[in-house]
Amino acid sequence: MKNLLPISLRVNGETHDVLVPPWRTLLEVLREHLGLTGAKRSCQEGQCGTCTVLIDGKAVNSCLYLAVEAQGKDIQTIEGLATGGNLDQIQKSFVQKGGIQCGFCTPGFVLATKSLLNENPNPSEDDIRTAMVGHLCRCTGYVQIIEAIQDAASQLKHESGN
Amino acid sequence: MNDPLRNEYDVVGRPTPKKDGILKALGRAEYADDISMPGMLHGKLLRSPHPHARIVRIDISRAQALPGVRAVVTGKDFPGVKYGNLPQTRDYLPLAIDTVRYIGEEVAAVAAIDEDTAEEALDLIEVEYEPLAAVFDPEQAMLPGAPLVHDNATANVSAQVAFEFGEVDKAFSRADYVREDVYETQPVKQGMLEPHACVGQWDNSGKITLWSCKMSPYVVWRQLAMGLGVELGSVRVVQTVVGGGFSGGKQEAMPMDFCAVMLSRKTGRPVKIVHTMDEVLTIGHMRHPMKISLRTGTDKNGRILAQHCKMIANGGAYSSIGGFSMYLAGAMLNIPYRIPNIRYEAKRVYTNNGFCGALRGHTNTQICFARDSQLELIAADLGVDPIEIRHRNALQPGDETSNGFRIGTFAFDECIDRVVQLSGWREKRGKLPKYRGIGFGCGSHISGARLMGHSASAAEIRVQEDGTVHLSTGSTDVGQGADTVLSMIAAEVLGVEVNDVRFALVDSDSTPVDPGTFGSRVTFFTGNAVKRAAEDARRQLAEIAGQRMKANPDDLVFRGREIISRRDDRQRMSLKDAVRWGAFQTGRLVISHGTYAAGDEKIDFRTGHGNLSPAYNPSACAVEVEVDPETGQVKVVGFWGADDSGFPLNPLAVKGQVIGATVMSFGHALYETLVRIDGKVMNPSFRDYKMPLTTDVPKLTDFQHSNVITWEPEGPFGAKEAGQGAGTGVIAALANAIYDATGVRLNSLPLSPDRIRFAIKQKYETERAGKESPVAAE
Ligand code: FES
Ligand code: FES
Repeated sequence: MKNLLPISLRVNGETHDVLVPPWRTLLEVLREHLGLTGAKRSCQEGQCGTCTVLIDGKAVNSCLYLAVEAQGKDIQTIEGLATGGNLDQIQKSFVQKGGIQCGFCTPGFVLATKSLLNENPNPSEDDIRTAMVGHLCRCTGYVQIIEAIQDAASQLKHESGN
Repeated sequence: MNDPLRNEYDVVGRPTPKKDGILKALGRAEYADDISMPGMLHGKLLRSPHPHARIVRIDISRAQALPGVRAVVTGKDFPGVKYGNLPQTRDYLPLAIDTVRYIGEEVAAVAAIDEDTAEEALDLIEVEYEPLAAVFDPEQAMLPGAPLVHDNATANVSAQVAFEFGEVDKAFSRADYVREDVYETQPVKQGMLEPHACVGQWDNSGKITLWSCKMSPYVVWRQLAMGLGVELGSVRVVQTVVGGGFSGGKQEAMPMDFCAVMLSRKTGRPVKIVHTMDEVLTIGHMRHPMKISLRTGTDKNGRILAQHCKMIANGGAYSSIGGFSMYLAGAMLNIPYRIPNIRYEAKRVYTNNGFCGALRGHTNTQICFARDSQLELIAADLGVDPIEIRHRNALQPGDETSNGFRIGTFAFDECIDRVVQLSGWREKRGKLPKYRGIGFGCGSHISGARLMGHSASAAEIRVQEDGTVHLSTGSTDVGQGADTVLSMIAAEVLGVEVNDVRFALVDSDSTPVDPGTFGSRVTFFTGNAVKRAAEDARRQLAEIAGQRMKANPDDLVFRGREIISRRDDRQRMSLKDAVRWGAFQTGRLVISHGTYAAGDEKIDFRTGHGNLSPAYNPSACAVEVEVDPETGQVKVVGFWGADDSGFPLNPLAVKGQVIGATVMSFGHALYETLVRIDGKVMNPSFRDYKMPLTTDVPKLTDFQHSNVITWEPEGPFGAKEAGQGAGTGVIAALANAIYDATGVRLNSLPLSPDRIRFAIKQKYETERAGKESPVAAE
């Protein structure tokens, strides 16, 4: 039998107790044990960013993060971003500005934007490019993604009255 | 007819967010890997480590005995029927039986309770191979005595095409100027982020279902039935949300698909198989690497009189769609320039590499790289302005090309001018600082193709009693926005909102049969089918409403979810009331269908003559680069493109398509290549297979694309293709820009730093040695 470890993860504000092999990545546990498939499995080696989740507000590649290490931390996945059925502003901007085509990269970009704007509500175009450099998108050529991020930043600024 | 420049439409022509965008933004769109079913098992594939070998023996007993393993299949579990795209090139088996022909070819598959166990079981399968001599280079593969990849392919030629249009020898003898250059392109991958994934189920009644991220589910449907040796009716293919395709394995049935259903048959459980990115980048389906020798004759003003193209394509171990690719590359010599006399000789050669097929811009990209690189040299030699030479040779509306393409709308001259103006070409060309340069490139593409097999599209519409429209087609949304543009077309005709239309994913049991998504055909072919289906539904609704309102159906217009009399606009009823009244009181259901077959013209694929597509799209672009002479690194600092996509139905999506195609071409031009040593891919990871990043595209203000708007009478609401043509001229533009920046011309792709650095060094040394001769790398 496999060597299973009981771990406790706080995901999108809810605590989940699961029994997993210790080598399981956070991505695998989210997708296979918790049914949270919004984080996508692509390169599985930290090159593409489709598996991005937020840990304590910071974007990480969950394919490189062991689930055991995530205990005691605040994990947010794409499923936890919309509140009360309403899209978060970042999600809205991605939809409106054409930042989504096949959508496979979208959860990663949206969460990375969240993390960026947490730290820097006023990013320049260069800041955006640098922050997103770990995220591949094969469909859009990035232009409409960058425009979506700029739009989200300015809408959020507007909302908060700054 | 509406004036496209003054948009009189309610829906089409307006930037419209993608319908499935919300679901995708929420992370709730279901891709194949997201599917989970009760009792589902996980499959893995065992791949050949040899480029060419005979399979002597396979022993699966130890793998089968591993706890958690539920079934193992090998080639012998299948009926041994070869499948493939074209009848004459069916050479692929679900799993290899006695021979493997490239590293990565599938030889066995395992289903187990989880992926780790399945993976472990692969190590326990013993395969005894007898290695055979292998061949990797297509020219060597054609030499006498070369190892044969397939016994029935003489000299390893997998497909051979030769066309002659016009009087080529005569034209060359009249030419004032002739030059010949050789260009080489590299193996590049589709690079979609979603690896191939599927779930297969073979139930007790014999029904075989495959859920998978397919662009062309009906192609898969037929191939599955073929390779499994079962009746078509017992197979059902259900499309999941597609995480990017760009042709390739999502276009056809793959070994994983066969194995998933066969493992399910053996276990009685659904079986999921997902490729790793390592597998995706190792196995077949990629762009054909080509060696293109292009000889061009012109008059003294640079007017092209004749072209002779000899091409050798490294096809890899199997055919895929490669036979058609060879036709297509020759056909693409005919657009976007007037070439009155063309000779084309192409060979696709089997080698022991991963196999090649279609990829966005299918063969056109390679041809455009060669042609527009050479055109620049011709212009320079003849002292003709590089823009002027393109104008001089531009195809014009109303032309018929030498292979019989009938050119309708084709605002090529306008595209060129638009780019000159957007890019500031006149202020930049020859005037930029050292190591900065600007280059021009042009391309073109088809709006769907008339094929020998299945060409026509179909659509079905049901208008529901709440006034919503259920639209089903056999075309797929692969991210390009088919879900939205097809819904827009239906909404426009029926006078409803885009969000009133529900677009169905393909399910071969219920959606109408369709070739699928490729060749820029969906908006055009399926769009026309949807338009006709919607018009039929509108006619039915007008009859119902006419009866109810005591009005002449011909007098009724559809707008704002209402049916209104043109004669007296107080006479109106809501669309939904019409549907309800029709269904409840008269028993009439509003169910319609429409088809589009692009006329009954045919291509003669032996002579290459015939009008392939109902419409053609020209494009032009200029790109500005900065080259670091120390490292050879190229930075794209500006890009300006224009294309004639007809009337853009959804400008937001058209922008996404042209920019996406453009940036993909940046990657194919500058960074991407599969590095192979003796058939082994050395860089099967996104770490080493370099695709463009956010930092590789120009600043937003210097990255512009403009649509030259025309009205294509054959297209739905005037539309033409948008997703591929815009990328085709980009590679030559980059090569030309690098030349402008550095004075070195590279004829081999990718235009990578090492090559550029080496060529600059060589040029410098040659110049220092006082020699005058121009230097070309490789
Ligand atoms: S799947 Fe984690 S970075 Fe690619
Ligand atoms: S939208 Fe397809 S990869 Fe980004």
